[in-house]
Amino acid sequence: MTKFIDLTLSGISDGAVYAAVALALVLIWRATRIVNFAQGAMLMVTTFIASAVINSSGHYWLGFVVALACGLVLGALVERVLIRPVEYAPPLNAVILTLGLYTLLVAIAGMIWGNTPRSFPPAFSLRGYEVGGTRLLFTPNDTFIVLVVIAVAVGLAALFRLTSLGLQMRASAFAPEVARLLGVRVARMFTVGWALAAVAGALAGVLVAPSVFLGPNSFDPILITGFVAAVLGGLDSPPGAVIGGVSLGVALSYVSGYAGSSLVPLAALVILVAVLMLRPGGLFAASAERRV
Amino acid sequence: MLRVEELTTDYGAVRAVDGVSLEAPEGTVTAVLGANGAGKTSLLRTITGLVPPRSGRVKIGDADITGMAVEEIVRRGVAHVPEGRGVIAELTVHENLRLGGLWRRGGAAPVAEIYELFPRLGEREQQPASRLSGGERQMLSIGRALMARPRVLLLDEPSLGLAPVIVAQIMAMIRSLADNLGLAVLLVEQNARSALSIANRGIVLNLGRVVADREPGELAADERLRHAYLGF
Amino acid sequence: MTAVRGLLARSTLARSLAWAVLAAVALVIVSDLVSAYNDLQLATGAYYFAALAGLTVLAGQSGQISLGHGALMAVGAYTVALLIGNEGWALVPAIAAAVVVSVLVGIPVGAAASRLRGPYLAGATLAFAVGLPALADKFSGLFGGENGLTINPPVPPSWLGADFPLERWEAWIAGAGAVIVLFVLYNVIGSGVGRAMRAVRDDEIAASLAGLSVARTQTTAFIISAGCAGLGGAMLTVVLQLAQPGAFPLQLSLSLLTGVVLGGLGSLVGAIWGAALLTLLPNWTTDIAHSFSLSTKVSANLPLAIYGIVLIVAMILWPSGIQGGLRAVFGRLRAARGPRVHAARGSA
Repeated sequence: MTKFIDLTLSGISDGAVYAAVALALVLIWRATRIVNFAQGAMLMVTTFIASAVINSSGHYWLGFVVALACGLVLGALVERVLIRPVEYAPPLNAVILTLGLYTLLVAIAGMIWGNTPRSFPPAFSLRGYEVGGTRLLFTPNDTFIVLVVIAVAVGLAALFRLTSLGLQMRASAFAPEVARLLGVRVARMFTVGWALAAVAGALAGVLVAPSVFLGPNSFDPILITGFVAAVLGGLDSPPGAVIGGVSLGVALSYVSGYAGSSLVPLAALVILVAVLMLRPGGLFAASAERRV
Repeated sequence: MLRVEELTTDYGAVRAVDGVSLEAPEGTVTAVLGANGAGKTSLLRTITGLVPPRSGRVKIGDADITGMAVEEIVRRGVAHVPEGRGVIAELTVHENLRLGGLWRRGGAAPVAEIYELFPRLGEREQQPASRLSGGERQMLSIGRALMARPRVLLLDEPSLGLAPVIVAQIMAMIRSLADNLGLAVLLVEQNARSALSIANRGIVLNLGRVVADREPGELAADERLRHAYLGF
Repeated sequence: MTAVRGLLARSTLARSLAWAVLAAVALVIVSDLVSAYNDLQLATGAYYFAALAGLTVLAGQSGQISLGHGALMAVGAYTVALLIGNEGWALVPAIAAAVVVSVLVGIPVGAAASRLRGPYLAGATLAFAVGLPALADKFSGLFGGENGLTINPPVPPSWLGADFPLERWEAWIAGAGAVIVLFVLYNVIGSGVGRAMRAVRDDEIAASLAGLSVARTQTTAFIISAGCAGLGGAMLTVVLQLAQPGAFPLQLSLSLLTGVVLGGLGSLVGAIWGAALLTLLPNWTTDIAHSFSLSTKVSANLPLAIYGIVLIVAMILWPSGIQGGLRAVFGRLRAARGPRVHAARGSA
């Protein structure tokens, strides 16, 4: 029984990280109709920068904030310089370009920091809570992860629903030409979308780094699970990304616990294919299924 | 006053607008008529900056806005209600209207004014725009254009897909906007009869060129012109 | 002579045979002239070509992107390693079996892929590329885990002489595979199957209205490319005498993609360019690293960095790749000379 509880709780905590990555992918998809296959590599870079800041300054939270700030800048830069030329090109071009960016970032990270994974500090204690004499695997750090991702998701929802910036971003995503006719600087909204997405990604990076260790390829699995979570929730749906992320986290946690951790990537693949075959719009698609 | 001088636009090898010149003074309605493919929509899209012209000038008053970006032209007081209304279906009525006035900030019309003009919209304030009927959507897109207190209003086939009774209402509304708000209205229409009924001037396009620029009465009286280009 | 010309102009089969024979002869001659090291490079280029050619046909002719072809190479590689190493099979049957197994794996994957488009297809094949090699860990008893499986080097047949170099024999084996792939794909491109692929690629709705089964066409294209990738992987194992998870990382699938993009999607000649890139680039970067005294950290990652830059630059500036660029140049020259009279043929 304890095992089941442990698996469920750690699944929720893992799922929160997947949700953050999924949110990043969904934000970019909604804004520019591109799946950012470089998202995992981008958050890897920001996490490396955070690690450097933490090591030189000794302050965790400084590194945390720097990671998010770098995410903002990196996202805006990538959109402005690399993505802008392919935004109106055939979708295959953007896919290949983001894959190229992924490859380049992983290589550069390897050149600067080497390919050996290193440790990354957690925000809070890694000692599991003690409940009625049993020590759970769920830690204060896990609580922090879940709470901060929820906060970010709520914050983004508030941004989109309640602010003019959010209104402009939604209009740019739904009807870019009409938005331009209303004076919305649509190109700028795309840049903001990528910047915010990269912040969500950077957050996921620092949250998950303590458990996957920090290396150029450490975050590859996160990109894939984030993508599966985003598809599960529906690429157009930010709340779907959160629900999809948590559900996937719990499901994969059970697979890892009861069938073995090496089957997790395969399980993610099976879930992805099942969703794409049966409900391509995602489990929480509001409208009719879209043609994938 | 909107002034277009010798405007020419190419879509690749096709010349969609061929040396068009016209004037749309304040407080008037200028109808742009002609068959499908005559270049009416291309003309509007060039004026608003969605498509760059090959040659020619577009002026608002004395300001030359030729070749400016759409966002800039809109900020000079040009409002364009596109073909098909351009209502953003995923947003609510209120959000669509707010969007129209955003760049205007302090100077925007209060949404309440638009609801006074179009009470039906007020009733559906929080509903997604996808639930509106064709006529209501037309009101929404016009109302949204008015939010920015424009000086020039471009309308692309507002009567499309609407019942005759609604068309008459919309046309009357457009006329009163020109009269009461002093807007310079450029009205592109295939429904020549309705457009001419409220216009101060009628311009007929064919294959991108102006073939007639006359008072509505004269146009209606010219049987050959009517049959050839206006369909009645 | 005109009869032969006429036959070549009309018959795709005749042309493909001619190209195959030419390529085989060229390979035999070149492999004789160059050093053992270069023969090894020839062999490497040949097995990359097999995988690249299949992938470029899939991406260019049939419009489907796959990031999982590295994993499909692994399927062929491990099949050969198991059959030759554990079961003692002979070379040719083992390689043939590897192709069959890759084709069989390609059927369900291709069927699923046929229903996906664009980024969804890319994401699903990406998940496949990462998920499949994990099986080697799970069933480490059979697949040898991290260390993988080894086989003995292939022995040249006695009628070639006792001194026949191993590297040249490997070049011949891999070269034979490459020539077969060239022959098969040239015919596929020029045949009804190829036309169906291109029709579906260009306009699915129109193609299905014309009576083509979109799903079947897409799946067939995938299966063919899977077989080519499996053949490439099989030859990789024969040349390296090794099949291990570390040889088929995600980076392999991405470098295959780079080779295809650089060479031009859909172009068999472009696949040759791509194979050259994948074979020679690691050597060049090592040389550059030595002459500039760069650390191993840098030199090890340099090929990857270059692949990344190639992909990015190609998509922004040069979406049709080298072959597309050449074709554009020659196309302009040909147009200046006047129209051709005979019917259009598939691109090569």
